Amino acid sequence: MSTPVRVAGLHKSYGGVPAVTGVDLEIHEGEVFALLGPNGAGKTTTVEILEGFRRRDGGEVTVLGQDPQTAGLDWRQRLGIVLQTSQGLDLLTVREVVASTAKVYRHPRDVDEVLEAVGLEEKRDRRTATLSGGQRRRLDVALGIIGRPELLFLDEPTTGFDPQARRDFWGLIAGLAGGGTTIVLTTHYLDEAEQLADRVGIIAGGRMLTIDTPAQLGGRHAQQATVSWREGGVVRTLATAEPTAEVARLADRFGGEVPELVVVRPTLEDTYLSLIAPFAAAETLASATAPDAEPVAEEVAR
Amino acid sequence: MSLAAIAVDRTVLELKMYFRERDSVFFSFLFPVVMLSLFAAVFGDSLDAGGSPISAAQFFLPGMVAGGVMLTSFQTLAMSVAMERDDGTLKRLRSTPMPPVAYFLGKVGLVAASSMAQMALLLLVARFVFDVTMPSSTSAWATFAWVFLLGVSAGTVLGIAYSTLAGSAKSASAVVIGPLLVLQFISGVYFAYGDIPPWMQQVAALFPLKWVAQGMRSVFYPAGMQTQEVAGSWEHPMVALVLALWLAAGLVLCARTFTWFKRGSV
Repeated sequence: MSTPVRVAGLHKSYGGVPAVTGVDLEIHEGEVFALLGPNGAGKTTTVEILEGFRRRDGGEVTVLGQDPQTAGLDWRQRLGIVLQTSQGLDLLTVREVVASTAKVYRHPRDVDEVLEAVGLEEKRDRRTATLSGGQRRRLDVALGIIGRPELLFLDEPTTGFDPQARRDFWGLIAGLAGGGTTIVLTTHYLDEAEQLADRVGIIAGGRMLTIDTPAQLGGRHAQQATVSWREGGVVRTLATAEPTAEVARLADRFGGEVPELVVVRPTLEDTYLSLIAPFAAAETLASATAPDAEPVAEEVAR
Repeated sequence: MSLAAIAVDRTVLELKMYFRERDSVFFSFLFPVVMLSLFAAVFGDSLDAGGSPISAAQFFLPGMVAGGVMLTSFQTLAMSVAMERDDGTLKRLRSTPMPPVAYFLGKVGLVAASSMAQMALLLLVARFVFDVTMPSSTSAWATFAWVFLLGVSAGTVLGIAYSTLAGSAKSASAVVIGPLLVLQFISGVYFAYGDIPPWMQQVAALFPLKWVAQGMRSVFYPAGMQTQEVAGSWEHPMVALVLALWLAAGLVLCARTFTWFKRGSV
């Protein structure tokens, strides 16, 4: 299996302030890789270095076999980039924008097929200014995939979507991944990463804290579940590695129904928040929602 | 696709955007025609230019031609490039395998097509609506051609260079239109250049617009009016020199300062 993205010891500072300090990363062919992290964590810097928009201070970076810093237009032929901002070109129709972008690629997909794939076939002759936020983002994806990229970067693709639009969008991305495109996704939405990503990397304080599948991230699968119920007028909670046995014991004790029984496993969001808790940006939020933050973070730090 | 084909496609796209934007159609493309009509209607046939009677349309035509040159080249590009940089269009283009030069060729194509169409319209309206006498000598039209070409070229590269100063899309219109408007007032577009205070004349003489206007006066005014120029002549060599210097300076500025990325974004 080849490795479209290979990063070793990546360093980048802005005016002496380190933004990325020693990131290592390998992204495999055909996988969807999600990069998560709080604002200012080094996520955008890392991705923009991969995209060839920023220069690095140190480390090795290979994207599709080339150094993005020196790679030319032939390299861009094999790349699709959906940027974070999605504005401009208001005066052109959807089809005009996609068709003109198609012209700069050597082996573009068929314009109408792409518009159909992203669900914009009915909007093809409308000005892009008339599109909703979700439709506009699908146009961005159309522009990202029109050149038949081997590697697609998606930077926060669903920010500002309503839930239905997000579901639709996930279907679109899953379809692309199914077609063999390697996808690098940055997002703030944990459910999005869980839905789409084969592997997740969490970056904070300029370092890659962990890389794993969504299910295994931060030892999530092995973590204790929380069982809670009402007894004597108060809600009682218990952390346990054996929630099933605990529930059985409670059922015995209550002789049937346990009042207000809830069993919770840590969500990806809990795990994420506990991982990034030591990094100031999300400290307040994390400590409010993830009481077991510190031990997990220490484990990762080792 | 070849570079030429991509450049043609970019030009068509640029023209579509230009003519679909009502503001740019009115304030850069039609503006000189509108202003010429306004002046002709207000001042009629009885304008007195230093003793010799001349129609208002005849009097203002060179200024409107010069203003039009700067509007379609400098103003259009300074604003559109600033806006495209601000809204991420430039970054997006840079993320594709489009040869960067194709973008500039598209802008050049836009300016070439829109400025020539504007001139044709302006001259037709002047000739057939306001009965302005057109020059009949080949040498006058040759002068028109080189002044127009140098003016549009300088305006094009300076507009692209100036876009970097314009900053955000919001500030672009103020930063671009304001100074250009002042320049039009002191460069002999709206007022006779000889009627403004000498220090203003000297300021205007530093910039290209004054020289385009002067060159165009030499094309459209009767030869006898040359004596009313501040310098006492049309100064063709000086017109060519100043415009060529600005063109060269603009090219250097573009090469040095052009960026595909918004300030602070990379």
